[in-house]
Amino acid sequence: MLLQPEIAVLRFGLGARPGELATAASDPRAWLLAQTRGPAERAGTTELAPSNEIFEALLTAREERREQRLEAATPQEANAAGAIVREAYQPHYRAQVLARAASAALTTQPFGERLVHFWANHFAVSADKGTIHGLAGTLENEAIRPHVNGRFVELLTAVEQHPCMIAFLDNQNSVGANSVAARRAAARFAAPTDRAPRRFGINENLAREILELHTLGVGGGYRQEDVTSFAEILTGWSIGGGRGRLAGGAAGKFNFHAELHEPGAKMLLGKRYAEQGQAEGEAVLTDLAAHPSTARFLATKLVRHFIADDPPPKAVERVARAYLKSGGHLPQVYAALIDSPEAWEPQARKFKTPEDFVFSTLRALESTPSGAQEVIHAFDLMSQRQYTPGSPAGWADTAASWDGSDALMHRVLWASQTAGRFRDTARPTEIADAALGGRLRPETATAMRRASTGGQAVALLLMSPEFQRR
Amino acid sequence: MSLHRSTPRLSRRRFIQAAGALTASTVLPSVLFARTGGPERLVVVILRGALDGLAAVPPHGDPDYARLHRELAIAPPGSADGALALDATFGLHPELQFLHERHTAGELIVFQAAASPYRDRSHFDGQNVLENGLMHPLGSADGWLNRAIAARSGHATQSSTAMAERAVAIAQNVPLILRGDVPVLSKSPIAAPDVDEELLARLQDLYSKDDWLSARLSEAIQSEHLGAAESEAQAIPTLAGPRAPVDRITAAARMAAAIMRSDGGPEVAVLEATGWDTHANQGGATGVLAQRLRGLDAALRALGTDLGPLWGQTAVLVMTEFGRTAAMNGTRGTDHGTGGCAFLVGGAVRGGRVIADWPGLGAASLLDSRDLKPTLDLRSVFKGVLDEHLHIDAKTLAARVFPDSTQARTLDGLIRA
Repeated sequence: MLLQPEIAVLRFGLGARPGELATAASDPRAWLLAQTRGPAERAGTTELAPSNEIFEALLTAREERREQRLEAATPQEANAAGAIVREAYQPHYRAQVLARAASAALTTQPFGERLVHFWANHFAVSADKGTIHGLAGTLENEAIRPHVNGRFVELLTAVEQHPCMIAFLDNQNSVGANSVAARRAAARFAAPTDRAPRRFGINENLAREILELHTLGVGGGYRQEDVTSFAEILTGWSIGGGRGRLAGGAAGKFNFHAELHEPGAKMLLGKRYAEQGQAEGEAVLTDLAAHPSTARFLATKLVRHFIADDPPPKAVERVARAYLKSGGHLPQVYAALIDSPEAWEPQARKFKTPEDFVFSTLRALESTPSGAQEVIHAFDLMSQRQYTPGSPAGWADTAASWDGSDALMHRVLWASQTAGRFRDTARPTEIADAALGGRLRPETATAMRRASTGGQAVALLLMSPEFQRR
Repeated sequence: MSLHRSTPRLSRRRFIQAAGALTASTVLPSVLFARTGGPERLVVVILRGALDGLAAVPPHGDPDYARLHRELAIAPPGSADGALALDATFGLHPELQFLHERHTAGELIVFQAAASPYRDRSHFDGQNVLENGLMHPLGSADGWLNRAIAARSGHATQSSTAMAERAVAIAQNVPLILRGDVPVLSKSPIAAPDVDEELLARLQDLYSKDDWLSARLSEAIQSEHLGAAESEAQAIPTLAGPRAPVDRITAAARMAAAIMRSDGGPEVAVLEATGWDTHANQGGATGVLAQRLRGLDAALRALGTDLGPLWGQTAVLVMTEFGRTAAMNGTRGTDHGTGGCAFLVGGAVRGGRVIADWPGLGAASLLDSRDLKPTLDLRSVFKGVLDEHLHIDAKTLAARVFPDSTQARTLDGLIRA
């Protein structure tokens, strides 16, 4: 078969670092399979704070801001208090973005790293939402990395019980209408007062997105009543260390607040779930993970990510079957993907996203970002600001969402800025050979030789049709 | 490098002429913007995330509104922080000052209890239906506005390159509504210094056997000068934080105006704004949603100001994928609903009115006991605008632009004669 090492490294991995094509060459499939064992460790040396510490720091900062605003003598002083919270979360966002890029640039397990990115996008959170400022990267590092090579149900449960997901999809305050907390509040206001009682109720955001985006998929066979019922099942899935009715539990960690939980048995997708508190939601996640719609939905997304925007049905079928047969054991699912002949067709059918482009460039140039600003600048320029897909659906995984002419011009701009650093010293043709191997076209090699500077030659490499696709 | 060749720096315009000489495979049109359409301008603003129509267009005259929307409800006109009056039933959110001025000037139509034919509650499928103009979220890779532009220019004999200037997406990438056979420009308000022109010429050469990349690069080079002088001032510095969507929509609106105003500029522009998915702590007259609405209103005002004399022949359609629940949820927000609002504003609009067959918010009137029941198909609005503003005949609209839309009858009289 043609180009097997190139396909393993460029399509399944994150793009070649010098020498990587040679490493994978003896047995490309074995090279990939070896990366589907155990937790996916982050490469690089950036220190990251855990989510509970960030949560606590943010709670303290918000409290300080509140006090400063109360004490403020002028509106300007009150506005200035906002900086307290910004200063509490921004360093964490920047550190997480830098750590992500460094790990992508340095890892010797690039297929495992791509799988981390895939699942982080499947379970997308967006850092532009106020409640999770400074926390978006913690979901990827704390819930996804440890479980990326486990069973899907473990990954799913870790994600849905991560405080970042709970806060992103607003579940921490979701209250059952007949819960202890709601009944207590109703009793307090039983006597006629001039103030209406605070309404307690569910928030269906997390329940809906688990069904629609994380498991069954939108055509997966659930209805509005299932969403409502699932939201009731999930009442109480919250975060510890809050105030008032959210008091209790370890600060910034998952906490089941029993008093918020809607009591009684519930029906979901035609099945009855007996009252079990926290375990009730876990039982639902187990059933959702085993559902054929989930197998098909996940298989379709994996095949779309690794093979083609229009997923070949046979490959989807094969991967979905492996999922069901193995009980959602992810390494066996990945193995089915790797065993799909469609994945090894020489034509590169995936147009790189900005993320793919930046990470493969860092690897090709053996460059690690010097600071967060460099990474932020690159992704701002190309409209894929890290950890901010803007919605729980994550970033689009098809070319049509990334192939605008304006977007292409911004790629050219970034490529020329980045390559400019290689003006005099580097040897562009060696970089090209190490980055693309047999994929390098003679036209590109010729254009690089004719370039007027070394930097321009590298820019031509980065923007070449073969580097822009995987 | 073995080969060093000095190339004098070319201006972008000279570069476009010179590029053809550099490589025989590069074909660029000699005349940009040979627009053959009429003087009408259409701007579509897509609010992604589902705007709460009951906050933007509060039905203060409905007896159930305040009860259901509770602390998120906007007070009736005349009270503190109250709605801006439209009629006995409806008002506008107090932050929508510009829209209210346009209402008074007879340039705004407010649609209420409107929805696309989509009846489930997924943002992403809802946006697909809003943009593909069909009954189902999947099954079409192109959008209704692209099909409309194709139909409009169908009788004219134009090369595909000459049609590229008919529409612009103010984004790096083209949203579904504008994807399709007619090439569309994309232009984002993100500040970008000039790219080395020699590199661009060499890339054109390198893409000569790759039609897909080649077409995009040619479009990008053509559109480099679009509205440049006007929009440079408001381009967003690339290091702006992720929390600036409010300013971003204004920057995008101003860029749209600059591009449409440029000599022979495009007649259609599409803008997008996110941040409307207010599940928690939505706020009322003030708060999160109020800030978003203020940003939208400021963007529309900037669009109007910058379009200047073109405003008189402009219609701006503001829409979202669906509305939100009639009742406030347990976290001071609203969940995904169905019926919502839309706006049509501009000098070309026969406005000063609300179009709503109001179903009411009583328990028996709600869809699935939770949502405002839609009584107007948004495609009726789209068809009305395309018919009267872009002069696309009914047969083409029914056959090519909105198949399966017989139950969505064209709304007449939206545009001034």
